[in-house]
Amino acid sequence: MIAATAPVQRSPRAKVMVVDPSGQIRHLPRPALIELIQPGDLVVANDAATIPASLSGVHLPSDRPIEVRLAGVPSLDPHNREFSAVVFGEGDFHTRTEDRPRPPSLAAGDQLQMGPLSAKILHLLDHPRLILLEFDHSRDELWAGLAHHGRPIQYSHVPVPLALWDVWTPIAGPPVAFEPPSAGFALSWQLVTEMRVAGAQFKTITHAAGLSSTGDPELDKRLPFDEPYRVPRATADAINQAKSSGKRIIAVGTTVVRALEHAVHEGKIAAGENLATERIDVRTRLQVVDALLSGTHEPGTSHYELLRAFLTDAELEQLTTELNMREYHTHEFGDSVLVSRTFNKLAEDKPRCQIPMSELCEQPSLVDLNHQPPGPELEQVKI
Amino acid sequence: MINNASDLGAVPLALLADTNCEDLEKAVATNVLGPFRLTKALLGALSASVREGRAALVINISSDAAVTPYPKWGAYGASKAALRHLTEIWNQELSVEGVRFLSFDPGDMDTPMHALAVPDADRTTLKTAEAAARELITAIETALTGPHSSK
Repeated sequence: MIAATAPVQRSPRAKVMVVDPSGQIRHLPRPALIELIQPGDLVVANDAATIPASLSGVHLPSDRPIEVRLAGVPSLDPHNREFSAVVFGEGDFHTRTEDRPRPPSLAAGDQLQMGPLSAKILHLLDHPRLILLEFDHSRDELWAGLAHHGRPIQYSHVPVPLALWDVWTPIAGPPVAFEPPSAGFALSWQLVTEMRVAGAQFKTITHAAGLSSTGDPELDKRLPFDEPYRVPRATADAINQAKSSGKRIIAVGTTVVRALEHAVHEGKIAAGENLATERIDVRTRLQVVDALLSGTHEPGTSHYELLRAFLTDAELEQLTTELNMREYHTHEFGDSVLVSRTFNKLAEDKPRCQIPMSELCEQPSLVDLNHQPPGPELEQVKI
Repeated sequence: MINNASDLGAVPLALLADTNCEDLEKAVATNVLGPFRLTKALLGALSASVREGRAALVINISSDAAVTPYPKWGAYGASKAALRHLTEIWNQELSVEGVRFLSFDPGDMDTPMHALAVPDADRTTLKTAEAAARELITAIETALTGPHSSK
């Protein structure tokens, strides 16, 4: 696929490839997305704003230049000063991530200085380039420092330095994402207001979208890292109502799939904040999301693996062939896909029952060993 | 969100024909583009509040200069007129989202900005900023409880 190199979120030439539940593929100009929204649909997007999470600085013990990319937080608490981060040696995004020099040797206790921001490495996270750091600043100082010195994380396929407004979706709210939830680039306020006119609903969650690449194949295998998310009460209620009346849930972006499939327990979405720890892949039996609006993803990425929860491998191969044949653009400023969970995939997902003709075959919780309910830390958020 | 920061443009106030282009640009940048950029940046947060059942209100500070063509108030007046017009259009466009926009004219206040504009004003005839703030709070309370309106 061709890399989209310009920071244009809503190109009039953008395309969307649609895979409907029967597996049939068609192509639409993405500005016509509203035509794909049916009355009763519930569209759920991630309203996280992107933090300028790339911090250039110095590793004080060695006096060597580094780039720190903030990668994760334990919760959405804005007072939090602890971040996991991937550290690079000198250089910047113009060099491909996998070609970046390694950072100097890092150890617990090392001080890092990034512009006005100073931080200490608390400890390494089982990898020489993945650290847990703590900023030595008050909340206000930290956020002022990030605003002044941070830059959006970006990659070599986009040559121009990105401005923060390039990587905020139009619906962006709380600044908790480390990279943009870029499926949301397809949204405009026109589209959002038209959804209501079309008899559909638009709701949001907040999910701390993480890094898409670390430059290290071993570290990449661990992506996505654990990501905190929050489902507002209004969103949970709308989803539960829609599911019980057989309406379609369309997730805008893979982060929404991850959050909603984590937040569901015994068929109901729980409101509140939690930590998404599981990966969505071929073994996932989707309980909430019916369709996904996302960017185009290359095989080998965690986003691609997520599509295997929606499509059979044969269908996914066909999709990839079509994307290449039709010259779809990829990466965050590229074209989109709207993929429904297909009948073929549903048929493949049906548990192979050991006791034929038994009631047990109809109860997915008995044979579906892959879904883990959310952990005990689920809290109700006061609204 | 209250968009309060304002710029007179030309100081001392000048006829439009005597106003430097850069001073008009300054008035437009602060009084029009500033609220425009902030509204775009915060619209996601404002509409998220509405989706969660809370109210969301954007107040753009206005002036009678936005309505009445006072000579020598051209840069300020024109930019405030633009802001007032934007406020009405935003209010209509986003009514379906439930984010409301309101223009609020605090009247002539005893502030450093007023002193720059009208150095020989009789300060005793001017409203205090505190009094204007209380009126603004009343306007907010009315907007939150009353029918959907941009005034």
